Amino acid sequence: MAESKSIKTIMDGIWRDHPVFSMLLGICSALAVSNKVENAIAMGAGVTFVLVATGVIISLLRKIIPRQVRMIVYMITIASFVIIVDRVLKAYFPEISDSIGPYVGLIITNCIIMGRAEGFYVSNNLGQSFLDALSNGFAYTYTLVAVAAVRELLGFGTLLGFQVMPEFMPKWVVMSMAPGAFFVLGTLIWITRTISGQTED
Amino acid sequence: MTMNLLLIFVAAVLTENAAFTYLLGMCPFISLSKSLRTASGMGAAVIFVITLTALINWPIYHLILVPLGSELIYYIVFIIVIAGTVQLVEMIMEKFFPVLQAAFGIFLPLITVNCTVLAVSLFMVIKEYSYLQSVIYAFGIAVGWIIAIVIVAAINEKLELVGAMPKGMKGPGIIMVISGILALSFLGFSGMV
Repeated sequence: MAESKSIKTIMDGIWRDHPVFSMLLGICSALAVSNKVENAIAMGAGVTFVLVATGVIISLLRKIIPRQVRMIVYMITIASFVIIVDRVLKAYFPEISDSIGPYVGLIITNCIIMGRAEGFYVSNNLGQSFLDALSNGFAYTYTLVAVAAVRELLGFGTLLGFQVMPEFMPKWVVMSMAPGAFFVLGTLIWITRTISGQTED
Repeated sequence: MTMNLLLIFVAAVLTENAAFTYLLGMCPFISLSKSLRTASGMGAAVIFVITLTALINWPIYHLILVPLGSELIYYIVFIIVIAGTVQLVEMIMEKFFPVLQAAFGIFLPLITVNCTVLAVSLFMVIKEYSYLQSVIYAFGIAVGWIIAIVIVAAINEKLELVGAMPKGMKGPGIIMVISGILALSFLGFSGMV
């Protein structure tokens, strides 16, 4: 029984309740940092780390956090881990840190983390919360990487910095800018919603 | 000096539009731009909170955190100030302006997770603006965000009348595409400032 619940938690995270496509959470950063695959991977890893750490802390403390101040507790927990991510990026990956700069700080307001904390971690034990955090983080990362791969391929003609497209292909610069983000994510949402059959009324 | 402030304001509204250039505040953007009424209600609340938090966060950063050498924790400080301000504004409005509270009170709690608010505070530190510049910049960003959400909501309301649209495209999908086209047109402003 426990095993099937774990599988359900994972499946919900990476497909059925997909944080970006189905719940529309964390769109800001999904759009803003997805111009290059390396930025997307860094952002995905950062968000996953913060999710897992927050999930562990909140699910351990869930019995002693008073209900009235829970939002502030989530915020402080999330912000503390975001500072760690920011410092690590600055120290070991200065180039990536420069290009996604302030968006690292905006992980704090990434609604995926708040949403999962409020919707899942407060009412579930450590193991389930950990699985949920991992699967949501994974779902978020693969979405970001998918969007980034399309945009980097069309906008720069490269993947992870390697030249992929033939040289004579003109670079589609708009794809690496804001409009490209909207078009690619909009199309992806269209595709996934058609497959999963989820519709808006 | 006034010219400088004007430039910052125009840049914040048009060329550095929060929604279409920096892609900020997208969560409420997608969920609220279904009707013009809710969009403008949210917009009014956002303008108020963004300007207010910039007013509070600037002195805290430059007069308290920098002299103490603890810039490291500014994420925590900023987000607590924002959450606190939103709570305070909500309480004040409930007590003294019940009409206003009824109009945009429901949007206030949502603002804490609107990343535009936090982003304005972070950008004003990165850009090293003075106090006055920061406040003008914050106001401009908020105005730009409202313009964006109101345009998208208005277009989306008209689109409701069109029957034929792929099922999966409805809602967020089409909002993304509309925003993409608008973002393209906002690129036209980029040579201005």
